[in-house]
Amino acid sequence: MALTYTQVWVLIVGLAALTVLIKAAGPVVLGGRQLPPWFSRVTMLMAPALLSALVVTSVLAAGRSWSVGAHTVGVGVAVVMLWRRCSLVLCVVVAVAVTAGLRAI
Amino acid sequence: MAEAEEETPGEAFRRGVRLGVPFAIVGFFLSASFGVLARQAGFSVAQASVTAMIVFAGSAQFAALSVITVGGGIPAALTAGSLMNARFLAMGIALAPSLPGGALRRAAQGQAVVDSSWALANRGDGTFDRWLLFGTTLPQYVTWTTGSVVGAVFGNALGDTHRLGLDAIYPVFFLSLLIAELRDARSRWVAIGGGLLALGLVPISPPGVPILAASAVALVGLVRRSRWR
Repeated sequence: MALTYTQVWVLIVGLAALTVLIKAAGPVVLGGRQLPPWFSRVTMLMAPALLSALVVTSVLAAGRSWSVGAHTVGVGVAVVMLWRRCSLVLCVVVAVAVTAGLRAI
Repeated sequence: MAEAEEETPGEAFRRGVRLGVPFAIVGFFLSASFGVLARQAGFSVAQASVTAMIVFAGSAQFAALSVITVGGGIPAALTAGSLMNARFLAMGIALAPSLPGGALRRAAQGQAVVDSSWALANRGDGTFDRWLLFGTTLPQYVTWTTGSVVGAVFGNALGDTHRLGLDAIYPVFFLSLLIAELRDARSRWVAIGGGLLALGLVPISPPGVPILAASAVALVGLVRRSRWR
C-alpha cells in the first residue's frame, strides 16, 4: 500500500508539527519544573530501544520476513569498525563500498 | 569553574560551527540517502526536500519512512517518528534552565537541539552553552537540507541506486548514535531487548508495529533499582 501524493504531505506536515512540539515542550512547558526521575529514565531509554529496532529491522528484515542481503554484510563490517572507534565517515564509506561490491559480483 | 577568560557568545557560536562541521559532512550524505530512499517510496522531489527542511530530525524521518516503505499507515509512521523524538523531550527539559526569554523565544531556541549539538553544548554541570549549541546545529541544518535536495534530484539519475549500496548509510549512522547511547548496562539490555522484540515481531505483526513495540522496552526505566549498573 503506497501513500497518495496528498497523504505524503499529511505525513510530512504532521511529523514536522509533532517534532516542533516535542522540541518546544521541554523548554516551554516543563522548564524549571522538577520531574520524577523515572520520567527522564524512560524517555532517555526510548533512544536505545528504538534505534536498535530501526537498525535491526533495516538490516535483517525485508517487508514481513527475515532476510539478509549485501547491506547486512556491509553494515556488519561497519559495526566492528565502529566498535574499534574508527571515524564515522570511514565506517560509512566502507559499509557502502562492501555493499556495492557484493552486489556487483 | 574558574575559567581565565570568558568566551563571548560570538566566540562560542564560531567554535560551535567548527565542531559541527564533521557531523554536517556525514549529515549531508545521510540526508542525500534519505532523499533517494524517499523518492523510491513515492515522495516527489519537493516532498523529499521539504521533509528535511521542516522536520530536521534524521532518526524520526528514517523511522517514519521505514514504516511506510513496508506498507504501514500514516498513524504508525507518525507514532514511530515521534517516539524516536521522545529523547528530545528529555534533552529539552535538561536544556530549559539555560534558555532565556519568554515562551515563544524558548520554544524557538529549543528547535536547535540535535543529538550532537546537545551533547557538545552540555557543560556537564547542569548548564548548557546555548551559543555553542546554535553554532553546532547551523552547519548541520545547511547540509541536511542541501543533502536531501541533492539526493531527491539526482537519485533517479544515478540509475539503480540499490546497486550503489546507499541503503547501508543510515543503519551505520544510527548504529553510531546507538553506541553513543549505550552508557550503562541498562541501556545495553534495553537496546538488545528492543532489537530482539522488533525482529521477533516482523513476521507476525502489521508493518510498522515492530519498531513501535520496541519502545515498550524503555519502560524498564520505571524500575529504579541500581542493580542494572
